[in-house]
Amino acid sequence: MPMTKMVNLTIDDQPVSVPAGTLIVDAAKMIGIDIPVFCYHPKMEPVGMCRMCLVDVGRPVIDRSTGQAVLEEDGTPKIQFGLKLDTACTTPVSEGMVVVGMSEKVLDAREDVIEFLLTSHPLDCPICDKGGECPLQNLTMAWGSGESRFDYSKKMHLAKHVPLGEMIYLDRERCIQCGRCVRFQENIAEDPVIGFFNRGRRIEIVTFSEPGFDSYWSGNTTDICPVGALTTADFRFGARPWELKAASSLCPQCPVGCNTTLNTRREAAAGGEIVIKRVMPRQNEAVNEIWLCDKGRFGYHYAQDNQRLTQPMVRKNGKLAPASWDEAINLVAEKFKAAGTNLLTVASGRLSNEDLFNLQELTGALGGQNVLYTHIAGGELTLSSGLTPGSNLGELGKGSAVLVVGSDFEEEAPLWWLRVSQAAKRGATLVALNPRPTKLDANATHVVRYPYGSEAAAVLAMLNTLSAKRPNLPESVQSLARDPELQAAAKALSEAENLVVFYGSEGMGLTGTQALAQACANLLLATGHTGRPNNGLVGVWRRANDQGAWEMGWQSRPDLFPAMQQAPALYVAAADPAGDDPSVFSPGGFLVVQDLYLTATARLADVVLPAQSWAERDGTLTSGERRVQRYYPVIPERSGTLPDYKIPGRIASQIGIEIESRAAIRIFEKMCTKVSSFAGLSYRQLAEVTEQWPIVSRGDLYYGGTTYENQSGLGVQLPLAENGAALSWPALSEINFPKLGLLAVPVTCLYDQGATLQSSKTLEERLPSPYVSISPADAERLRLTEGAVVRVSPENGNPVVVYIRVNAGIPERVLLAPRSLGLSIEAPTPVEVLLAERVAA
Amino acid sequence: MMSENAQEQGYSLRLLRHREIPDIDQLEVYRQHGGFKALHKAVTNMRPGAVTDVVKASGLRGRGGAGFPTGVKWSFIDNQNWPHYVVANADESEPGTFKDREIMENNALQFLEGVAICAYAVGAPAAYIYLRGEFWPIAIKLDRQIAELEAAGLLGDHLFGSDYSLHIYTHLGAGAYICGEETAMLESLEGKLGQPRLRPPFPPSYGLYGKPTIVNNVETLTNIPLIIDNGAEWYRQLGTEKSPGTKIFSLSGCVEKPGNYELPLGTTFRQLIYTHGGGIANGNKIKAIMPAGASSSLIVATEEALDTPMDYESVPAVGAQLGSASVIIIDDTVSMPWLINKTIHFFRHESCGKCTPCREGTFWMSNLTERLVHNHSVQSAPDGSEAALLRDVASQIRGKCLCALGEFSIEAVISSIDRFPQDFNR
Repeated sequence: MPMTKMVNLTIDDQPVSVPAGTLIVDAAKMIGIDIPVFCYHPKMEPVGMCRMCLVDVGRPVIDRSTGQAVLEEDGTPKIQFGLKLDTACTTPVSEGMVVVGMSEKVLDAREDVIEFLLTSHPLDCPICDKGGECPLQNLTMAWGSGESRFDYSKKMHLAKHVPLGEMIYLDRERCIQCGRCVRFQENIAEDPVIGFFNRGRRIEIVTFSEPGFDSYWSGNTTDICPVGALTTADFRFGARPWELKAASSLCPQCPVGCNTTLNTRREAAAGGEIVIKRVMPRQNEAVNEIWLCDKGRFGYHYAQDNQRLTQPMVRKNGKLAPASWDEAINLVAEKFKAAGTNLLTVASGRLSNEDLFNLQELTGALGGQNVLYTHIAGGELTLSSGLTPGSNLGELGKGSAVLVVGSDFEEEAPLWWLRVSQAAKRGATLVALNPRPTKLDANATHVVRYPYGSEAAAVLAMLNTLSAKRPNLPESVQSLARDPELQAAAKALSEAENLVVFYGSEGMGLTGTQALAQACANLLLATGHTGRPNNGLVGVWRRANDQGAWEMGWQSRPDLFPAMQQAPALYVAAADPAGDDPSVFSPGGFLVVQDLYLTATARLADVVLPAQSWAERDGTLTSGERRVQRYYPVIPERSGTLPDYKIPGRIASQIGIEIESRAAIRIFEKMCTKVSSFAGLSYRQLAEVTEQWPIVSRGDLYYGGTTYENQSGLGVQLPLAENGAALSWPALSEINFPKLGLLAVPVTCLYDQGATLQSSKTLEERLPSPYVSISPADAERLRLTEGAVVRVSPENGNPVVVYIRVNAGIPERVLLAPRSLGLSIEAPTPVEVLLAERVAA
Repeated sequence: MMSENAQEQGYSLRLLRHREIPDIDQLEVYRQHGGFKALHKAVTNMRPGAVTDVVKASGLRGRGGAGFPTGVKWSFIDNQNWPHYVVANADESEPGTFKDREIMENNALQFLEGVAICAYAVGAPAAYIYLRGEFWPIAIKLDRQIAELEAAGLLGDHLFGSDYSLHIYTHLGAGAYICGEETAMLESLEGKLGQPRLRPPFPPSYGLYGKPTIVNNVETLTNIPLIIDNGAEWYRQLGTEKSPGTKIFSLSGCVEKPGNYELPLGTTFRQLIYTHGGGIANGNKIKAIMPAGASSSLIVATEEALDTPMDYESVPAVGAQLGSASVIIIDDTVSMPWLINKTIHFFRHESCGKCTPCREGTFWMSNLTERLVHNHSVQSAPDGSEAALLRDVASQIRGKCLCALGEFSIEAVISSIDRFPQDFNR
């Protein structure tokens, strides 16, 4: 890293030394001086629009003949101030600069700008959602004049409930035209779907997408809006900010591990219960910075859904009937003990480390097998070749490289898409290696394509262009290796100082992802990109704690469905195999399901055990970047339920096995003694916080927005397993395209029909009806148009009736089948597509 | 007539040559009168830097309003960053300014040749002419003339057999005053909302599509062919030392003969108004002068003011700016509240809304000027404090705006209240 030149200046007589290029407003912030801003935001380029940050800037007078500073009589440098005040948000510091932020001239200017803003602001603070956490309100109190010289009757009166789509509402009167939302959407979210329309005092925010404000990032604009102009449909008129309690949590929706703060309130509308009112981002510059995607922000409602299970059920006379915990546990214990080594425990990464550990403890004590319920394999490779402590995507820039392979990145892990895109903007090499165009391509330095089924081959082809050629390479690798764009990408990756490889599951099941993971690990090992910070392999998992499961030794199993059918005792936790693929799930033995709802699998169960959502208990999750993070209880536990970690403890105890299950912290302590990568960790370490930039806090909302500062822990990244990494030639399987019909490939969409999204009223309209996508050429060949209803019949599977979408990015003869959205396939599968009416006829 | 006056004074018109040479807008006629000699000379005989040096030596200053030395601006082009662009500012949106229109309607070939020479001097392969939307008939005409020039080998690829190629395009604005501000114009040209950018960086380092760009006014560029043809010394024969050359004064308001007058810089207001403009209309008395359109301060029309030379240095001495020299004459029948109500309505209507003081301040000021004019006594304080508040609001805008629009919006307000207090004490 080149040393950054430091610049010395004074702000309000306080000396400060900051890197050259720092803006005055940021330099002030670093020494605790708040220069008020509305349009400036530390995560975005300055625009100098609102004029709130005007300060008096003086610079040393330099004698042109000598190049020396001119001195005053008292020997101090003579300082020349500008005729006009300067905007602190657009002016970079310079050596010897003298910034005056508290003179009468500057304070007058602040009062003037506030007065201007208020001439067209409705001052409806008493009924405004932002009231209490509003930068305009706070800065008016701090710097405004206290009385109005503008006739209220002359104020602009504009529409107050303008839906920019159904999730975000605009109040046109309150808007102060700072443009933060527009700039965020354009430059950070890269969905420029809102903009300014008209000019002057008539200027207003409009959306020009269909549906309105079509972006996965829309909620963030309400955090950075410095007034109550943008509010979420989820929270507006829901509560006053000062009534809310805040609890630190984590987003349970994807492997990124975004830090959140959940705001709760006890309210009459909920029968006097304490309920979650909103999910807010909590700053973690190494994870989610200050952002959240809309799935994380609006998808929390399942925690307090009325459909939740509240008492155990036991099958009696062929029907599930309510039962006491004792009755249910006794039955389960009896059956599990009888099954012994034949117990098969299947759980997903929706569970915490503590939950998975205890399920493993119970299963292990009986000699049974525990299997991770996932469609992405290869996680064991991340233990030896994954990211190491000190890795931070936010630090990647020039000299670093990122390879994303087989992933529609924004759909699978939105925040990773955002951070990797920003790394590319800072100069990092970004290779998008995918079978079709994705949003990532826009920022990629290299866009390389391969045919579906050749994911691993494409990565091996890269490796092959770099090293000595293996003589008997499969043709699929050889032909890909001839692609000049692939060669250039491989060269750029190998030459980078740091390389992070993300592999996803676009068009792949367990077999495909296993081969791909090995190929990626090979690439990292062969190019010397492991074992150092900011280098390594990351799986783009489906669930928040898949990584934690892998760390603990949970494995995927390609023959899981047959195994579940044969198991005499099957224990399914936080997974719904029957819902995901009803055609192949038929349990043969005693089935215990532990979940929040009566899922399709639970309906088939012999015993159903009601668990708790993440919001009701504490625990830890391990993100895909191998960061262990802690979340805290937010709402009281639903009566009749138990946390997932406690249930195996109860079962074990009934069998006569002792498993620590009193509290998550106790389990974690035990886990750290048993799981090598967790060795030495403690909850206390996870709760440690160091200072982050930008400084955001609830005390100065004007700067970073309403995001919460992190007071509860930044988490800890796990060390790599020693000498585990090894080169190994993955098994390449060729996919044969069907002679007739199309090849259906499973893909991931952010908004699917998954159980955790179903109870979100806010996201309701964004959740699509089941559909599949095909290329325009296939649509024409099959005489199908967008929106047509078709029957898709997979080879050896049950047909489904879904909508057709036509998308120009899809290769011919390929049909995209979004996971949890109708057509359920584990791996690429030939399908036949027929218009539903034709079928009916 | 104008031309007679010019010839009486012993010089020929330089910009409004169509008044002396019929049909100069025809390529054949223009070429008979030396047209495209300068471009040929520049492209075949001069290095780009040498062209800039001649323009620098001529002392030509930008005619769009700021009066910045043209050659100096060209020399600021960032040669580390390519490609370069030239944009001709034909937005001509200042109220009272109508000079560029006359040039483009009647002497467009000289303007186009100027664009081409400028483009050559800064190495731009493309030049854009940004015209206000109402100039669509002119755009059609320019497009036809550009096509004609390309057919004649005077524009297009490999000019005069050299390596240099140039294409010129016209672009119509959609009716916003702010798009005459150079950075807002660039935004608009890029297809974005017309709002000014922060400066610095200035267009010669960060302009169209982020590339180094020279933005010049139509009148400025129309001077160029003659400067290259006749040299810097010839150019300096007219005008003053610091403001050389001729300038088109768009004379309007309460005068007998409003119109465009091309006169040497340094001509006095008195000469413009009385010698050329036929004096004040209807036998009224002159009260004030707005030398730079709606953006002007109001000069009290004293004898001393009338004898002030119109050049970039002298006009500030009587409390205004020369600007684009759109000289609006105000006679004693005009009341100042009425006048500033007009100008403020204009600025309120044209404020782009990007920065707070201009967006909100022009709105507030128009509120107050409305009351002053219509004497809404309910809100209006008897002691004239309405005007005091107006002046307060205006000075509250001063020095805080992102671009010049907001800063200029208050000039007429403050100067009229300060210099014509009797008009506000009713």
